[in-house]
Amino acid sequence: MSNLKQELKENIIELLNLEEFSVEDINDNDALFGDGLGLDSIDALELMVMLDKDYGIKLTDPKEGKEIFQSIAVLAEYIEKNRTK
Amino acid sequence: MTKNSYIESYCTIKNGVVSLNGTSLFSEATPEFSAFIKQAAKQLDTNYPKFYKMDNLSKLAFLAADILLKNANLSSEKEHNIALLFSNRASSLDTDRKHQNTISDPDNYYPSPSLFVYTLPNISLGEISIKHKLLSENSFFIFERFNANHLHLNSRYLLNNNKAEKTLCGWVDLDENHYEAFLYLVGKNGTINHNTEEITRLYKSP
Repeated sequence: MSNLKQELKENIIELLNLEEFSVEDINDNDALFGDGLGLDSIDALELMVMLDKDYGIKLTDPKEGKEIFQSIAVLAEYIEKNRTK
Repeated sequence: MTKNSYIESYCTIKNGVVSLNGTSLFSEATPEFSAFIKQAAKQLDTNYPKFYKMDNLSKLAFLAADILLKNANLSSEKEHNIALLFSNRASSLDTDRKHQNTISDPDNYYPSPSLFVYTLPNISLGEISIKHKLLSENSFFIFERFNANHLHLNSRYLLNNNKAEKTLCGWVDLDENHYEAFLYLVGKNGTINHNTEEITRLYKSP
């Protein structure tokens, strides 16, 4: 699980061009949206594509994204339970 | 009624050099546009995290506009009626190609939302407007080459008809590692007359 969290932090920084963040800056329970990393709606769509492309998880309900993308810890747990690749 | 208007300031970004009113602010010899613009933004205190999420055309347009608008000492607390009149040759072709690469393989079909949103050149105007609180007229024209007369006529129309207090005009062209930005701010104060001869002279200056 800790490897997956590390992988997610690295991927999110690169994928979303978070120039001002390093892996060490992101705590597992930090909010990804709002006051945390400050991600926006386009970032949310990009994360949905990442789930499909990297882990074989297709989100069909946008409301699901709101729950899953709360933090790295929540996202990693969801991926562990639902990944198909 | 025709009003006097002047070119208050101008910014050029080309050949590894960022300059304001003819004075170099930053230079970097790298042939890679992405590395060049990233360094320029950091050194010129852009301080805007969203800058790094933009496509290359928007980064080029945003940096040139940001330099001019910060130099104009506008209040960040209120809206400004500064119309944007931009133009280029390559439209958003650079990003269009990158988007196409994400959808050309049916077995690896993952269109990127953050690329797709930049597949229009006028998105760069939106980025500038968000940062500088501009709720003003804006247009992005596509021409074969720099067209001083068209920019001048449109700018004069907006200023003479009180559609804008100032206009930010120019040329922002990018395709892969070829890039060229020339933006100028037109208003009621200044020493350079706002006419096609002066616009062309500044555009052609090194």
